[in-house]
Amino acid sequence: MSKQVTLTIDGKQITVPDGTGLADAAKMVGIDIPVFCHHPKLEPVGMCRMCLVEIGRPVRDRATGQFVMENGAPKIQFMPKLETACTNKVEEGMVVLTQSAKATDGQKGTVEFLLTSHPLDCPICDKGGECPLQNLTMAHGPGKSRFSYNEKLHLDKMVPLGELIYLDRERCIQCARCIRFQDEVAGDAVIGFDERGRSTQIVSLSDPGFDSVFSGNTSDICPVGALTTADFRFGARPWELQAQASVCTQCPVGCNTTLNTRREAKSDGDIVVKRVMPRQNEEVNEIWLCDKGRFAYHYAESKQRLSKPQVRKDKKLTRASWDAATKLAADNFLKAKKDFVILASGRLSNEDLFNLKTLADHSEGKAYLYSDMAGGELTSLVGVSAGTDFGKMGAGTAIVVVASDLYQEAPIWYLRIKQAAKRGATLIVLNPRETKLDRYASFAVRYEHGDEVKAVQDLSKKSKVSDAFMKAENTIILYGSDGLGVTGSASLASACAKLLQENERIGKPNNGLIGVWERANDQGAWEIGFNVEEDLAKALKGKSVYIVGADPVADDPKLVKALEGAEFIAVQDVIETATTEIADVVLPAQAFTEREGTLTSGERRVQRFYPAVPVTGEAKPDFSITSQIARHMGVILEGTSVSAVFDILAESVKSFEGLDYAKLAEVKPQLPIVGRGDVYYGGTTYENKHGLGVHLSVAAGRGEKVSLPKVHASREAVPSPKDKELLAVPVTKLYDRGTTVLPAELLHERIGETTIALHPETAQNLSVEAGQTVNVSFNGVSGEAVVKLDDTISVGIALLPRSMGIAIREPVAVKVKA
Amino acid sequence: MAHILLRHREIPELNKLSVYKKNGGWAAFKNAVTKMQPNEVTDVVKNSGLRGRGGAGFPTGMKWSFIDNKNWPHYVVANADESEPGTFKDREIMEGNPFQFLEGLALACYAVGANAAYVYMRGEFWEVAAQLDEKIAELEADGILGEKLFGTEYSLKVYTHLGAGAYICGEETALLESLEGKRGQPRNRPPFPPAVGLFGKPTIINNVETFTNVPMILANGADWYKTMGTADSPGVKIFSLSGRVRKPGNYELPLGTTFRELIYTHGGGVQDSHKVKAIMPAGASSSLIVVDDDKVLDTPMDYATVRTLKAELGSASVIIIDETVPLDWLINKTVHFFRHESCGKCTPCREGTYWMSNITERIHGGHGTKADVDLLLNVAKQMQGKCLCALGDFSTTAVVTSIERFRQDFDKVVKA
Repeated sequence: MSKQVTLTIDGKQITVPDGTGLADAAKMVGIDIPVFCHHPKLEPVGMCRMCLVEIGRPVRDRATGQFVMENGAPKIQFMPKLETACTNKVEEGMVVLTQSAKATDGQKGTVEFLLTSHPLDCPICDKGGECPLQNLTMAHGPGKSRFSYNEKLHLDKMVPLGELIYLDRERCIQCARCIRFQDEVAGDAVIGFDERGRSTQIVSLSDPGFDSVFSGNTSDICPVGALTTADFRFGARPWELQAQASVCTQCPVGCNTTLNTRREAKSDGDIVVKRVMPRQNEEVNEIWLCDKGRFAYHYAESKQRLSKPQVRKDKKLTRASWDAATKLAADNFLKAKKDFVILASGRLSNEDLFNLKTLADHSEGKAYLYSDMAGGELTSLVGVSAGTDFGKMGAGTAIVVVASDLYQEAPIWYLRIKQAAKRGATLIVLNPRETKLDRYASFAVRYEHGDEVKAVQDLSKKSKVSDAFMKAENTIILYGSDGLGVTGSASLASACAKLLQENERIGKPNNGLIGVWERANDQGAWEIGFNVEEDLAKALKGKSVYIVGADPVADDPKLVKALEGAEFIAVQDVIETATTEIADVVLPAQAFTEREGTLTSGERRVQRFYPAVPVTGEAKPDFSITSQIARHMGVILEGTSVSAVFDILAESVKSFEGLDYAKLAEVKPQLPIVGRGDVYYGGTTYENKHGLGVHLSVAAGRGEKVSLPKVHASREAVPSPKDKELLAVPVTKLYDRGTTVLPAELLHERIGETTIALHPETAQNLSVEAGQTVNVSFNGVSGEAVVKLDDTISVGIALLPRSMGIAIREPVAVKVKA
Repeated sequence: MAHILLRHREIPELNKLSVYKKNGGWAAFKNAVTKMQPNEVTDVVKNSGLRGRGGAGFPTGMKWSFIDNKNWPHYVVANADESEPGTFKDREIMEGNPFQFLEGLALACYAVGANAAYVYMRGEFWEVAAQLDEKIAELEADGILGEKLFGTEYSLKVYTHLGAGAYICGEETALLESLEGKRGQPRNRPPFPPAVGLFGKPTIINNVETFTNVPMILANGADWYKTMGTADSPGVKIFSLSGRVRKPGNYELPLGTTFRELIYTHGGGVQDSHKVKAIMPAGASSSLIVVDDDKVLDTPMDYATVRTLKAELGSASVIIIDETVPLDWLINKTVHFFRHESCGKCTPCREGTYWMSNITERIHGGHGTKADVDLLLNVAKQMQGKCLCALGDFSTTAVVTSIERFRQDFDKVVKA
C-alpha cells in the first residue's frame, strides 16, 4: 500500500494515499469543494479558480525538520492568499478550510465572474437540471448580478465543432476540460483554444471537424451546456428522463451504459431512448464511451424493425401467428435431420446462444458462429479471468496487440492500453502497417501479411523486444483479425495461446489471451461451444438453415449462392435485412433495449443489460423464440425467464459455474466518486447501481490441465497474387455499413465512402491517384472504391474495409482497375 | 560616471565584436570556462548581491543555485519579451551592447551547466533578433560559442526565438510554454523553472538587463559591484523614464538614486513646469505613489525603500504623472491594456479585466456614478490574490491604488 497522509479538512481528520489532490481527498470524505476545470480523470490545471480554499501547513523547525509545537499541537501557518485545492496535493498535518469566510468569499467571487459572461439561458439549455454551473451557482453564487445586462457579450450559439458536437460559445466557461480530455485521455488533440482573454474560444483543429471517436465524452464532462451532442441537442430535459442500465452491444469491450428514455409526442407517444450515457465501471470503460456506442443505438428504433412473424406464401412474405411461424420452422428443421444448421452471431445474448446451442445438441443439427474470426476455443481456455484490470496495469505488464487496429475495433481498449503504457506497461504492437496505437508502443513491429504467426513466435527468440516481453511479470495478448480471415486468425490464436502457455502466463490475473472480436458477444458464443466453419458456403448449401442475428446475404455473394440452394431458411432478427428478404420464415426479435440478458465481453466479463423501452410489435426475445421452435421439435428449453436460462447455462458450462443474475448485479464502491447528484465533479456519467459484472473462470485457473492444438503457420491462408493483381486484406472500420450502425443517420458522414487503401507506389504502378474511384474485383465479387494512400502499407497490398460494400472476408488476390 | 550596462553610449561601435573584445569583452567568459568551476561563477554572482532586473528583484545567484542537478539537461532562457508598457531598456541593450548581454547569458549557462540557451523576444523585435542572430553566428565563427570552447569540453549554442506578440509571454512560465510551441499561458507554480522548466527540464530564466550585469561582475569582482547602489540593492539599474517629463529615456543609475534626481537632474523636470502628482515606478502594473508631499521625491529608488511607499520598484519603468493627467483616463488605459492582454486561462483575470474595462469606460465616458467607482474597486479587489499568475493582480494595482489614494479625482467625474 502506498504511503498514507493524514490531514484535516474543515475540522475532519482524514487519511488518504500520498499524492492525492486536495479536491479529490475532500470528496472521499464527503466534503464537496466546488470545481469546474478540475476533473478526477484529468491533470489539474488550476484555471477556473473555483476551488479556492485556505491552506495551512505545519511549521517545521529548520534544524531538526520536526514540527514546531504550539499548545501541544503542531503550529500551523496559513498562506496569505487563497490556494486552489485542485493543484495542491495532500501533505502531512495540512489544515484546510473550505468554508471559512475567506474561502467562501473567493468561491463566490469566481461564480460571479463566470456569470458575467454566461447567458443564463438555463430554461432552454440541454444541461439545465444536470449542470454544474447551475448547481454551484445555487450553492455559492450571488443572488443578484452586479454586472450590467446590457454589457453582456453575445456570441455564436451554434458552432459545429464537427457534425456530432456543437459548441455554444456564450455558455462556454473556458475550463478546457474538453481540450484536456482530448489531449490527455483520448490522445486525439483535435480541439483547442483560439484567441485569448475574453475572446478565448474552443475551435476544432482537424478536418473533418472534431476528428475523434471519443468526442461525445466532452459533452458529459462539460460543466456547462456549451458542448452538446447533435443527437441529444434540444432533445429533452434531463429531469424528464428515465434511466436504465445497459451494456453497449457494438464491440467486445462491453462498456456499461445507461439508456435515458422518455415518452414523447414526436414518437407517437412511445417511450424512446433519448441518449446513451456511460455508466461507471472502472474495470471496463471507466466513465467513457466511444461515439459509436453513444450514437449507433438508433438501429433499435429503425423503421425497418421487424414487428410480426411472417411466412412465405406464394413467394411473398405474409403475416403469420407465432405458433404457425415457429411450427413451420420446426417442421422443416425436424425434416432436415442432420441437415439442420443454425447460424448465429455474437449480437445475441448468452441466453439466446445457449438455447440455440442446446437445440442443435438435442436435435441432429449443427450450430455455427457467424464470424470472420476464429480462435475463441482458445480464448475460452487461456483467456483472462477474475482480477484482470487494464486500469491497474503498468510497469511489470507486457501488453501485446497483434493484427488489430484497436482504435477502430475496440476504442475503449485503445484508451485503456494507451494509459497502461503511460503508467509503464511494455506495449508491443505487431501489425503489417501502422496503427494509431503505435505512438504509445514501446515496440512497434511490422511483419508481412501471412507472417503473423512467426511474428508472435519471434517474441520468444532473443531480441530487444523479446527481452522486454520476457522480463514482464504479466502478459496480456490481444489478437484481432486485421488483415486476416478465419484461417489466419485461427493460426494466430494458436500461436498466441502457445506462447502464453510456454511462458506460464495463463490462469492468473492480468495474464491471458483476448480476442478482439467483431461483435459484442462472440466470446460468449465460444464459451457456450459455438465454432466457426471455414467453408460456410458448403455448410449451408442444401440445408435447412436457422439464421439468427446475422445478415450473410448482404455480406457475401458466395453465401447468397449457397443460400439460394438451401432447402429452407428461417431468419430471426431485429430489423429487415437482405437475408430476411429471402427467408421462408421471418421471426421478429426484440432489440437489446427492450429486454433483459447478459453478454460476455472480450475480457470474459459477464454483464447484465436491462429492458428500457417497450417491445416493438410482437417481437420476442431470441431465447424465447428458439424455445418455441424447440418445443415444436420436441425439445424443451426454458423460454419465459431469462434468468432461469442463465441458471441452466451456469450449470452446464463450466466457466459460468456459480454465476447467477444476483451476482452479476453486485456493485462495490468505485473511485473516483462520480454519477451521483454531484455532476460538478465527474460529469454526467451515471453511477453503477446495476452490476459491475463478473469474470468467467478459466481452465488453468481452475487447476485443469490445458492442452493446446498444434500451431499452423498461417502462410497457407494468404493467396499469392498473380501479375497485375494485389493482395487485398480485410480491415475493420469503426463506422461501417453494418446492420447496427447504418440506421444511425447521424453517423453517415463518418461512415463515408468505400475506400481501398494503397501504398503510394502501388497506386503509381496502377496509374491511379488518391480520391480516384476504382473497380475492385475478385472471385465473382466486384465493387467500386475510392483510393486512399497510406505509406505505412506494404507495396502490393490493398486494404479493404469490412462491411463497406465489397464482400471481403479473408485475404484475396484482387484486380484493381481505374 | 561611466556606464556599466549602456557602455555603447561612451564607446562607439561597441556592437561590433572587435570593438567589444578590444574593450575587455569575452575575457570573463573565457576565464570562467577555462579557469573556474561552474559553482564559482554562481558564487561570485551570489556575493555581488545582484537581483533580477525583470521586476521581481529576486537574488540572481540564489536562483542559479536552485537549479536541480539531478535532472538534465539544463537550459538558460533570456527573457527579452520586454512587454511592460513603459519599459524600453532591453531593446537598447540588445541593439547597443549586444555582446555584453550575450556574454552574461553565456556565463549563466556555464554556471548552471546548460549547453543551450534561448533568447525569447517579443515578435516586434524581429529586427533585433536578426541582428542578434548575426552576432551569434559571428561568435560561433570566432570560437566563442559552439562546440568545445577554448579547448575545453564545454559547448554552448544560443538560439533566438520570436514570440507572437503577447504581454503574458513575459511571465516566465507562459514564456516557456510559448517557447515550447504551445499557447502562451502561464503554468501553475510551484514547480518553479529551476526545478521544472523548458521541456520539463531545469531552467534558469533571467531578464536581459540581469545578464548584462554579469560580465562586469565577473571581470571586476563582487566587491566592486557592491560599491554601487545600496546594501539591499547593490549595483546599477536602468530606469526607463516616461510620462510627463521633459526628457524621457533610459537612465542608468545606481540603485538608491532618488526620484528627484531621476526626474529633475536627468529627466529635465516635468513638462510645462507642472508638479509631480503621482509616480508609477513599474510601468502599467504599478501602484500609484502619491506625491502629495515634496519629500516623497527624495525617496531612494531601491527595492526595499520603494516598498515603504506602498509600491514596487519592479522593472523601474518610471512613469511620471502630473496634475494634467486625469486618473480616470489613466486607469481606463491600463485596464484596457490588461483586458487586451489577459490570456484567458483563469476566470478572475479573463472576466475581471473585461468587467473592469466596461466600468472604467463608463466612468471615463462621463456616464459613471459613485456606485460605479465602488463597484470598480470591489471588482478589482475580488480579483486580487485569486488569479493564476501575476498579470491578473497587476491589472488591478493601478485601479485600486488610484481609487484608494485619489478618490476625489473620481468623484469629480461621476454622477452622484
